[in-house]
Amino acid sequence: MHIVERNVRAYGNQLFGLLSAFFEPVLYFFSIGIGVGMLVGDVTTAGGQSVSYRSFVAPGLMAVAAMNGSIFDTTFNFFMKLRMAKTYDAVLATPMGVHDVAAGEVVWALSRGSLQALAFLVVMAAMGLIESVWALFALPAALLIGMAFAGAGLAAATWIRSFVDFDYIALALIPLFLFSGVFFPLSRYPDAVGSVVAVTPLYQGVELLRGLVLGEVGPGLLINVAYLAIMGLGGMRIAGVRLGRLLQP
Amino acid sequence: MSMEEPLVMARGLTKKFGDFEAVSGIDVQVERGDVFGFLGPNGAGKSSTMRMIGCVSPVSAGRLRVLGLNPRDEGPAIRARLGVVPQEDNLDNDLSVGDNLTIYGRYFGLPRAVIKERAAELLEFMQLAERRDARVEALSGGMKRRLTIARALINQPDLLLLDEPTTGLDPQARHLLWERLYQLKLRGVTLVLTTHYMDEAEQLCDRLVIMDRGHIVAEGSPRELINRHSTREVVELRFNSMEDREHSVPRLADLSGRVEPVGERVLVYTDNGDATVSAITSNGVHPAAVLVRRASLEDVFLILTGRTLDE
Repeated sequence: MHIVERNVRAYGNQLFGLLSAFFEPVLYFFSIGIGVGMLVGDVTTAGGQSVSYRSFVAPGLMAVAAMNGSIFDTTFNFFMKLRMAKTYDAVLATPMGVHDVAAGEVVWALSRGSLQALAFLVVMAAMGLIESVWALFALPAALLIGMAFAGAGLAAATWIRSFVDFDYIALALIPLFLFSGVFFPLSRYPDAVGSVVAVTPLYQGVELLRGLVLGEVGPGLLINVAYLAIMGLGGMRIAGVRLGRLLQP
Repeated sequence: MSMEEPLVMARGLTKKFGDFEAVSGIDVQVERGDVFGFLGPNGAGKSSTMRMIGCVSPVSAGRLRVLGLNPRDEGPAIRARLGVVPQEDNLDNDLSVGDNLTIYGRYFGLPRAVIKERAAELLEFMQLAERRDARVEALSGGMKRRLTIARALINQPDLLLLDEPTTGLDPQARHLLWERLYQLKLRGVTLVLTTHYMDEAEQLCDRLVIMDRGHIVAEGSPRELINRHSTREVVELRFNSMEDREHSVPRLADLSGRVEPVGERVLVYTDNGDATVSAITSNGVHPAAVLVRRASLEDVFLILTGRTLDE
């Protein structure tokens, strides 16, 4: 966990970055959730409830906050330290190993991501959008989403060779953001498209948080949990192996 | 480990990258308290050897023991007792000078109070105390290198590995660094370094190996190597052009010493420089400049490989 300590020292004074990352989903919420929400009326959820559009969108945006919070650190910042600053070459000359580095970066990223998710949860509570006591589990769920995307981001970033390659990350994130059921339910899609979306990662997070916040809890959520856990742990593992190949040839 | 066991012991040590063999079955032994050098041109396999000793690069073949342990199974335990100064500065630019030491100490799992005490002492020793709060980017090349060495000493290592410690530094910074490294030697720290500067090897090393294309071509103290492989003195003849040189070389053939053409220069190895200079002049050879000097490790390398160190 010394990597986390290093990052606290290095980025601890960059509170502004944290703040702006927090405002992004909040601004989306006010614009789409409330603004557009006034035009669209109520939405029927997968569980059959009819809820206001803002209640529908808020948990989805919380999942986005958890994803965005962890993806920047594990892709851009990680790439900088790996390829540009050679930070890990120095770290690996100590007793620390490649898997310690991967685990440390994931914990750091998800702690930032969950801080943003927590802030978003507070906003939701203040707006009276928490419908269920299950929402208590929304924070650990956001941690899980953060871990999933941190692990995957870290693994992906080991293949990034230059700044141009970041376009691929953006290319993956933007459709995830727009089409993972954050803004409208999956039932709006033709069946074929819907079943593709159903296996994408952000959708798991959206389903999980929406289920918890709106109190639609069932065994289906366990599949979302397992998916995200495997994605995070698998990504972390791959990242460690890749780091070994890149830094310890 | 017993006191007699060498700090580094390699037998037939080999490193391959695909089909390319960077290190070809070398034998090395470093004893406690030594300053041990790997001298050779770029690409000789020095850095690959250092990375294997530093337990960040797996051994392809042969046997390697560092601090009496096997790097394959006990890498973290070995690295806990090593200090590493890499060729390329990899200080943490996101941290201040002082925090670079603090966080590095934390990677070793040292308690903060211990680190604080050692960091203050090391910054003093490396003449960086007043730069403690500075950003790393603001330091000069020599200061960065000194900070990298201070960082490598935070865990009080048994063995300090330095890869090309003064490459890229100006002469003044080099001399300051040599002096600090000499102080470390006096404190009993065992140093292993690589260099392609023969003056650095002569200044610092008790014992060294000369490496070329993955092989060790000679081993001993700097003085032994010069005595064994070279004559006492060297006459350097400098010509104005390659043609002048070509004309002159046949007329140097009957000199008793070995003759090595290097670019527009010709080196004549001899035990009596002045007598050789007279003989050259009476043979009718008139170079643009003549210099008589003592033989160096550079000459040993040239004699053994037919090439210069900076080629």
